[in-house]
Amino acid sequence: MEAYSEKVMDHFRSPRNVGEIENPDGVGKVGNPVCGDIMELYIKVKDGVITDAKFKTFGCGAAIATSSMVTELVKNKTVEEALKISNRAVAEALGGLPPIKMHCSVLAEEALKKALDDYRRRSVKESSEKAA
Amino acid sequence: MKNIYLDYAATTPTDPRVVEAMLPCFTEVYGNPSSLHAFGQTAKHRVEEARQTVASFIGATPEEIVFTSGGTESNNAVIKGIAGARRDKGNHIITSRIEHHAILEPCHFLEKQGFDVTYVPVDEYGLIDPTHVEKAITDKTILISIMHANNEIGAVQPIDEIGRIARGKGVYFHTDAVQTFGHLPINVNELNVDLLSASGHKLYGPKGVGILYVRKGVRMLPFIQGGGQEKGRRASTYNVPGIVGFGKAVELAKVEMENEMVHLAALRDKLIKGILAKIAHSQLNGHPVRRLPNNVNVSIAYVEGESMLLNLDIAGIACSTGSACSSASLEPSHVLAAIGLPHELMHGSLRFTLGRPTSEEDIDRVLQVLPAIVEKLRSMSPLYKKEVKS
Repeated sequence: MEAYSEKVMDHFRSPRNVGEIENPDGVGKVGNPVCGDIMELYIKVKDGVITDAKFKTFGCGAAIATSSMVTELVKNKTVEEALKISNRAVAEALGGLPPIKMHCSVLAEEALKKALDDYRRRSVKESSEKAA
Repeated sequence: MKNIYLDYAATTPTDPRVVEAMLPCFTEVYGNPSSLHAFGQTAKHRVEEARQTVASFIGATPEEIVFTSGGTESNNAVIKGIAGARRDKGNHIITSRIEHHAILEPCHFLEKQGFDVTYVPVDEYGLIDPTHVEKAITDKTILISIMHANNEIGAVQPIDEIGRIARGKGVYFHTDAVQTFGHLPINVNELNVDLLSASGHKLYGPKGVGILYVRKGVRMLPFIQGGGQEKGRRASTYNVPGIVGFGKAVELAKVEMENEMVHLAALRDKLIKGILAKIAHSQLNGHPVRRLPNNVNVSIAYVEGESMLLNLDIAGIACSTGSACSSASLEPSHVLAAIGLPHELMHGSLRFTLGRPTSEEDIDRVLQVLPAIVEKLRSMSPLYKKEVKS
């Protein structure tokens, strides 16, 4: 087995932003029990800026560390900036992942994209409701 | 705090008494046992002493013991060597779904060469029903290979019964005894086996040495060809230090095995009871009684095995998991799948395997540390949240 980087172990040991956000502006849920990793990402958005992000994850060390890192990376970013965060960026911020664990970073990116999509859908719905 | 090693099924430390027996074989008794001079003959004598020790330990004769490089080689040699020698008799092999990869992979290899392999199922405890084996036998069957005890869940198979069936039908019977050799009593005649594999480093011997027991009269192709060592059954210069170390490890097991079984089974049961009592939604994998004295395998719901393993490692406790996330193939354990565990519980499996130095304090420490780890991971698990809500 290839060992994890210090940064991965740091985020695994003390994951940042664990939990759920009440009344979130966007939620992204990805993964399934068959593949072994399940991530839920919650974001709060104000004036187009992500003000808070939290996660809940069932998964291995890399899954927990990438969840933690992605919540750190999106905070205080605009929605447009957050959309550009790739799985590679998450992995790089963690000092790299073992090749076999790169799919965990893909899952983190997917959770983020889904949360941002959810946010957009909600805001479109909200503005159309306001217009009506 | 001292680190606690509970992964003895993966490998054991070499007993210092074994190392002591091996050391002269590097610098003093360095002759090649195939040489006629005194240097060679002294080394040969040591090899034959070890062979005698191993043979008498399992009720075999010294001529029936072949030294190999380990369990994987012994298993490969059997599957491919019997298949090669018996091809004219048939092309059917019977094994089980829970064998070690060192059996399954050679079987997959033979399937590509036109052999048929039947993988008999196991019940929810990981036990093989001998009647399943009996029903699978055809007039093309040339070999049955069933492991003595499973390395993951510790289930001890009814080898003697299966052996009786195989003998009745005139089919060669092999058992992979890597997990039991030196840990449970083995007599090849009582078990009715024709071939048996074992590995040195699982019984406090060195890595890189194993044995294959081949009953007199069994026909198989040599796995490694060369200088004709081991009566042409396995060429390569004798690994004198390894063989002597293996012999010493067996000599120690002969004396210590019985007490060790009792000691370890008590600690095993304490650990099992403790985990099941302290951690809700946890379950034992494998059979409660028909299991290796040192094996604990549990599934803990709503948490993933690798993250538990890493947290235990941080706390200085070493164990293993059948979770897909922790395997090179990203496939969950085929053994846990065979006993019918759902994916969530396969991912949440932990295996603790105890050994000679394991103490009651070690078990207490696991029981103190593990519940807190599970609680921490469950607090961040989306699966647990749903369970609590419903």
